[in-house]
Amino acid sequence: MSGAPLAARARRDRLGDEVAGIATIARLSLLEALRRRLLWALIGLTVLLVVVTAWAFQRLLEASPLPADETQLAVSQLLILVAFMFSFVLAMTAVFVGSPAIAGEVESGEALAILSRPIRRADVVLGHWVGFGIVVVTYAILAGLGEIGAVALTTGYLPPYPLFAAGFVALEGLVLLTLAVLLSTRLGVVTGGAIAVVLYGINWVMGVVGQAGAILGNDAIRTAGTISRIVMPTDVAWRGAMASLEPPTALLSSLGRTSVIFAVNPFYAAASPPPDQLAYAVVWIAVGLSLAIALFSRREL
Amino acid sequence: MTQLSGETAAAPPPFDARQTETVIFTQDLVKRYGSTVALAGLTLTVGRGEVFGFLGPNGAGKTTAVKLLVGLTAPTSGSGSLLGAPLGDRDARRRLGYLPELFRYQPWLTGREVLRLHCELARLERGSWRGEIEAALVTVGLEGRGDDRVATYSKGMQQRLGLGVALLGQPELVLLDEPTSALDPVGRQDVRRIIAGLRERGVTVFLNSHLLGEVERVCDRVAILDRGRVVASQPVSELVAARSVRIQVHGLGPTERASLARYGRMAEDGEWLAFADVDPERVPDIVAAIVAAGGRVAAVLPGRESLEERFFELLAEGRA
Repeated sequence: MSGAPLAARARRDRLGDEVAGIATIARLSLLEALRRRLLWALIGLTVLLVVVTAWAFQRLLEASPLPADETQLAVSQLLILVAFMFSFVLAMTAVFVGSPAIAGEVESGEALAILSRPIRRADVVLGHWVGFGIVVVTYAILAGLGEIGAVALTTGYLPPYPLFAAGFVALEGLVLLTLAVLLSTRLGVVTGGAIAVVLYGINWVMGVVGQAGAILGNDAIRTAGTISRIVMPTDVAWRGAMASLEPPTALLSSLGRTSVIFAVNPFYAAASPPPDQLAYAVVWIAVGLSLAIALFSRREL
Repeated sequence: MTQLSGETAAAPPPFDARQTETVIFTQDLVKRYGSTVALAGLTLTVGRGEVFGFLGPNGAGKTTAVKLLVGLTAPTSGSGSLLGAPLGDRDARRRLGYLPELFRYQPWLTGREVLRLHCELARLERGSWRGEIEAALVTVGLEGRGDDRVATYSKGMQQRLGLGVALLGQPELVLLDEPTSALDPVGRQDVRRIIAGLRERGVTVFLNSHLLGEVERVCDRVAILDRGRVVASQPVSELVAARSVRIQVHGLGPTERASLARYGRMAEDGEWLAFADVDPERVPDIVAAIVAAGGRVAAVLPGRESLEERFFELLAEGRA
């Protein structure tokens, strides 16, 4: 009679064990970010950057000979440029923390000590991802909203979807973190990190090129952009961030601008990525993590 | 908590009638990395409470064997059990302490934090952590340095910390892979003391080492591994037992003396007859034969080989 509840309880204990394993490694990863002063360096530099850009925006407005609408467009473009820099810093951070996650532990022998405990390899992979993921998302939101807030205060320009912008940048960071963790299950720290950075760069360029192909009606180039999006959806997320920071299309139209002018502008997104592309990015992360778990579980230590 | 597998029941009888429980058992464990054979069929039994030495030259396959036991790598073929569960069982690892051969703990943690992390990973009762950590620090001689970052530790201190980690949670089995490689003579003595303490508490110890003197001093039984194969597995006392004997004899003529050569390589040295390569069991027979031939035995001195001499003999025999 009591078999079923007991079995359920055993299952629950098991589940508790697994969550506990992930939580332990996630806490360790967070502590690592704090102890290695990575987080503090990032926070310090970010605050400095926000202050400097706010000052620059204010000076720019004071001296602007442009009419208000044109100025708003210019501010939005500069904001996207600054956002690109933030997203770049975040992408690099994701790679720098993700690449040593598994590879570093294997190289130092820490993995031997940790995995001799009753913990699954999957928990180690997921724990690192969760811990560093918290760092990535927190940074994206604090830095993103900080910068948008500073620009709004100094110039009066508030982009249409500030929260979405920060969320998209966070998503981009999570995709790169997933890639870095995946590569670190089989490759060395430096090799995995270098590959992730190069893939990120190619993906960004292909995003710009693909958009140009789409706007100018070049099918071959558009297809290349689509393939790039499928291989890695970092640029999908970045385009979402840009679209969230751009002024409403009505403003562009009133200024007589059409998308053709922006075809090859790397800091312009013709549209926010459709929901299916965003869903794909989430699936990509899930598949990437599953693959990382499978590869690490089969790795000889 | 622990699920006993069917495999345990199939284990062969323990090596020794005094031992009632098999803690480590392997059957034809093979590990290949590509075309390299790291371990070529390891069959081994270690009983509860035993201090077992695993000896062999560098590259013999010792570390591979330990990693297979802990479940850090999977065997190419063969099977085994650890603490009554199949190799690699997660629950069995709750009762295991392991010191890897090459490792460096997180340099950004303090020694105490490393120990705390392992209390957490080992799923020890939270209330016991503090006591476990303090006890481990004292046992390995790191009291007073527990709050320093691992980055500031010397190699020897890291090894001491690793030992402390392996001792957390009162494990039933402790696997030590070259525990004294970075230690000075004082550290080595400490390790011997720690192992003696574990033996007193009935903890099974599996000691991987290439330091023969160390193994000879602390182990009950050793297996000698060479090129992935066990070339000998015996109690240390038997391994280093008399393979030679010197007997002081009066009143035997040259013919009777010469006839004793049938018991082994014999050399005469005045009143002394020295036998080499003699089975210790046959020493009473030699004495009886001398007496039967009318001789008088004044003294019998069993020889004793060092484990080192025996080790090289066994390696040579295994490679012949």
